Amino acid sequence: MTDQAYNFAYLDEQTKRMIRRALLKALAVPGYQVPFASREMPMPYGWGTGGVQVTAACLTPEDRLKVIDQGADDTTNAVSIRKFFERTAEVETTEHTAEASVIQTRHRIPEQPLEEGQILVYQVPIPEPLRFLEPRETETRKMHALEEYGLMHVKLYEDIAHNGAISTAYAYPVKVEGRYVMDPSPIPKFDNPKLENAAIQLFGAGREQRIYALPPHTKVVSLDFEDHPFEASKADHACDLCGCGTSYLDEVITDDAGGRMFVCSDTDFCATRQAQGHRGALSPQEEYA
Amino acid sequence: MTPLLSVQGVTKHYGARLGCGNVNFDLWPGEVMGIVGESGSGKSTLLSCLSGQLAPDAGKVVFDTRAEGPRDVLTMSEPERRMLARTDWAFVHQNARDGLRMGVSAGGNVGERLMAVGARNYADIRAQAIDWLGRVEITEDRVDDRPRAFSGGMQQRLQIARNLVTGPRLVFMDEPTGGLDVSVQARLLDLLRGLVREMGLSAVIVTHDLAVVRLLADRLMVMKGGHVVETGLTDQVLDDPQHGYTQLLVSSVLQV
Amino acid sequence: MIRISDVSKSFVLHNQGSAVIPVMEGASLSVAPGECVALVGNSGAGKSTLMRMIYGNYLAGAGLIMVGDVDVARAEPREILTLRREVLGYVSQFLRVVPRVPTLEVVAEPVLAAGGSAEAGEARARELLARLNIPERLWSLSPTTFSGGEQQRVNIARGFAHGFPALLLDEPTASLDATNRAVVLELIAEAKARGAAIIGIFHDAEAREAVCDREIDVSGFTPARAA
Repeated sequence: MTDQAYNFAYLDEQTKRMIRRALLKALAVPGYQVPFASREMPMPYGWGTGGVQVTAACLTPEDRLKVIDQGADDTTNAVSIRKFFERTAEVETTEHTAEASVIQTRHRIPEQPLEEGQILVYQVPIPEPLRFLEPRETETRKMHALEEYGLMHVKLYEDIAHNGAISTAYAYPVKVEGRYVMDPSPIPKFDNPKLENAAIQLFGAGREQRIYALPPHTKVVSLDFEDHPFEASKADHACDLCGCGTSYLDEVITDDAGGRMFVCSDTDFCATRQAQGHRGALSPQEEYA
Repeated sequence: MTPLLSVQGVTKHYGARLGCGNVNFDLWPGEVMGIVGESGSGKSTLLSCLSGQLAPDAGKVVFDTRAEGPRDVLTMSEPERRMLARTDWAFVHQNARDGLRMGVSAGGNVGERLMAVGARNYADIRAQAIDWLGRVEITEDRVDDRPRAFSGGMQQRLQIARNLVTGPRLVFMDEPTGGLDVSVQARLLDLLRGLVREMGLSAVIVTHDLAVVRLLADRLMVMKGGHVVETGLTDQVLDDPQHGYTQLLVSSVLQV
Repeated sequence: MIRISDVSKSFVLHNQGSAVIPVMEGASLSVAPGECVALVGNSGAGKSTLMRMIYGNYLAGAGLIMVGDVDVARAEPREILTLRREVLGYVSQFLRVVPRVPTLEVVAEPVLAAGGSAEAGEARARELLARLNIPERLWSLSPTTFSGGEQQRVNIARGFAHGFPALLLDEPTASLDATNRAVVLELIAEAKARGAAIIGIFHDAEAREAVCDREIDVSGFTPARAA
């Protein structure tokens, strides 16, 4: 069923044009936060209003869309947004990373390496990495402009001072092409090395009205100290369903007696591996061999 | 020898009202200058103008930079001025809360200026922070505590450590001992005097407390209604004041 | 070393009807290295005022006050500060120090200010405090809690710590017992021997006799009071 009352992909053409201009500027100045006139969307802030607007501005009728939430295609947020575009843009959708031309994501980068021609759209809650140490927007913008990033290291210093190691595990700050410090959205720091890839990466923050971007193959360096280097950490375990030892894992509590299992957070990746015959420690017994 | 700071004709109006008018003085390396006057006399306005926080309507503030010699701070680009402010300059606020990051540990507060100029080795930064905390009499076991957990005097000392860690040459102080207990004030003054001597610092101290300037300042400037009414050696101005206002000020001090 | 010519001074009390009080007129004197000159005259004649003008503590109205090659009456503050650090010492009647600073450091400070090492400063301070009979257990305490006589001796030790070529002494022997007075006179004699030019105010005639080469009566510089 489609809703002909809406323009293609919900937003009107003028708004999409405005967002595209912001996107082009963001791509031209990687890591720089470009203000844009974020619209009210038919969903609450915090549910991906920024990402949805960026996706809407990028979609063409020929696109194939994939939406993930924490790596999963089947969670509420992902399902709702997918349905939203199925209804307002009538685009094809998919759960397979390789088949998608546009992927909207909340808090993950797919395990499957992205390729040229793909667009990854991030939902961003707080675009300003310096926010928690310097609440004044006038000041943080100046700090970006003048490349005064000592404060970012103060945050990491505090981590080590209080926890013995850099305990920031998600939204780990990065420096883009040796210039702007950027919040990669709350992806696990495990995903930080994957920020350097072949796809176009767009970041949309709806409530904060900011867009920023990474063009393909942009150099992205995670901040650290010489004596406390960055580490892309994950749970020290293999997936209990597909046996993969290198993917990012979710811990799932299975009962109230301490039972738990680790499974790939990327559901498509895990399902594809299982279909290929990979098995994990807790996979159901095969009925026949 | 060149003066470290040369102030020429600095004037600032707030609308029709005069903030400070035609202030001139030279500050030489190693000198501590006190600026005294009652509330509203323009001393804080002047300090803000000198430290680049407020743009005066007229005048020059020439600082003898390490790299390029004397330069007018007011015509510097903002990045240059901000760089100066976190390397060669220091600013000690009356209220420690204005000069500290209250949500960041003592070590982080001291380390910030180091990280701002490119320090990227955690162990080194921490060692320097601890060394500086020691110099301002804060023990090592407080390095990870936040300033909120500190007394007023400790906060003020932490602010001084945070400011001096990059080895500045010029320190601006706005009522550094204001709001502190008398005993704590004495300790702070003693500390400041020692640091000024050891590091060969020059300083401009704004205060309304004549006892503070007598102990800390070599020279004194007395302000009233935005104008400098008298300057001279601290003890000379206090013991043999020439201007009527200074005479009033000196004779109004309560004797203990 | 110290040469004063035709110095005058008056106080203007702006808050008391701008009353002008002339206190000195035509003051002239000179002191050679190794000489000690006593200022005498009645109380209020202007002995302390003259001394304070030489130190730059009071502003001279007119005239010339040469200490070494610096004219204190006209010098920039920083020139006077350098002079005070290196050339001109002053023992006032009252000790004025930062609270909490140990006595040893108070006494050593002038040595450090003149560019001496911390070791040299401490050694000199120990020597002087011992000679002036300040019990060693007090050395690490701040002199602000000491008795008047003890404070005065700390003050003297501080004044003699650095070998100033010119010294101003305002009642150095007041409120001292005979033993300590003798020590102070000894210190003055030693300073003279190494060539210091000294101007002093001594109410104690015996002390004056002992160390001073000449007396200058400052009453001669007192302006004639307008009737």
